[in-house]
Amino acid sequence: MTWPHPFDLLPVLLQGARVTLEVTLMAAGVALVLSFVVGLARLAPFHPVRFLATVYVEILRGTSALVQLFYLFFILPAFGIRLDPMTTAVIGLGLNLSAYGSEIVRAAVRHVDHGQWEASVALSMSPALALRRVILPQALLAMMPPFGNLLIELLKATSLVSLITLTDLTFAGSTMVASTGRAAQVWGLVLLIYLVMALPLGWLVRRLEARLSVYRLPVKT
Amino acid sequence: MQFDPHFALEILPALLRGAIITIEATFGGMALALVGGLILAMGRMSRAPLVPTLCLGYIQFMRNTPLLVQLYFVFYVLPLFGLTFNALATGIVGLGLNYSAYIAEVYRAGIDGVPAGQWEASIALDLSPRHTWTRIVLPQAIPPMIPVLGNYLIGMFKDTPLLATITIPEMFGAAEQIAGVTYRYNEPYTLVGLIFLAMSYPASLAVRHFEVKTGTQRARN
Repeated sequence: MTWPHPFDLLPVLLQGARVTLEVTLMAAGVALVLSFVVGLARLAPFHPVRFLATVYVEILRGTSALVQLFYLFFILPAFGIRLDPMTTAVIGLGLNLSAYGSEIVRAAVRHVDHGQWEASVALSMSPALALRRVILPQALLAMMPPFGNLLIELLKATSLVSLITLTDLTFAGSTMVASTGRAAQVWGLVLLIYLVMALPLGWLVRRLEARLSVYRLPVKT
Repeated sequence: MQFDPHFALEILPALLRGAIITIEATFGGMALALVGGLILAMGRMSRAPLVPTLCLGYIQFMRNTPLLVQLYFVFYVLPLFGLTFNALATGIVGLGLNYSAYIAEVYRAGIDGVPAGQWEASIALDLSPRHTWTRIVLPQAIPPMIPVLGNYLIGMFKDTPLLATITIPEMFGAAEQIAGVTYRYNEPYTLVGLIFLAMSYPASLAVRHFEVKTGTQRARN
């Protein structure tokens, strides 16, 4: 069966879209873990830990994601660390996004009312227990909407991995342009596929937020 | 592969020439986005049928698809319609079209942030619409917008390496070219990262400083 123009391009593009989704999900996992580690480190009571975490965030936010990916891809091999493009992409995007994610974690934890900490101390909870059982459950709610936006940013940022030879949706688009010359159709379709992936993501996050807000504490006046 | 300071010094002038193009593209793109954002924001507030929907559709599309693919689209597709610019102008148009979608929301949030009572008071005092805007609404709406716009300016600056993919010889493109000719990746990419950091970190400190300053000003009112 042959598809009419421009949909004959779809099978190749959708294969690329699959890689895009894979990179997005794996990088989101890396970014989520690092966001909590770095975000909490920035609130740590030890100055050197806070300082290192701040340097981490400022370097990753101060330079370009593409420069970071190229750095991992071209310079690490020279130090004997060889990563395949997929691993490079997941680590590179995960590191980059974690700098923004850690700010979300930090802001959300600081946003929790100070009385909650004091009450935990009064109940003689250890700081770790208070964080885990009292503070984080409340902070998680505040993190949901910004994390949702970050996930869409990540999905869009994965287009950069096409430049380090990973065969994602954008890369599939480039190869299709090279082989068919139908630039307008290819790039138009690629844009639409990204849109179709991003819009439900935003919708899903808003739904999840609405579900979770049931557990929100009554607002103090 | 060691970092060779002599080689780094040798390639620095070429990178700084690229940095000038980077800065030109950033300010050009920002100027276009400031105007485009204003048109979109006014379109969203317009009472004409369909105009607000179209503007919202444009904003959603731009915010949910990757800038890299948008740049490809502008670069490969506009010439098919007889619109040919040089590469740098194409890049500026691409950046401007993308960021105008974000900046439209900044304008809207700024104007929505002015309390409704200010509008009502202007009507009660029989101020003309022009006076209401220029003397009452905009002076209150603009200061909170400035740090947000500053952050978008920094964001656009960090997005400029993407322009290298559409043949614009900005700083990252210059580094790629050096790496391609000499097979030395460490020095050019490290220097590009450092130059980015050297420009964007002070800029983000300035934005934060302004934020704190206007924040306290607003609290005093």
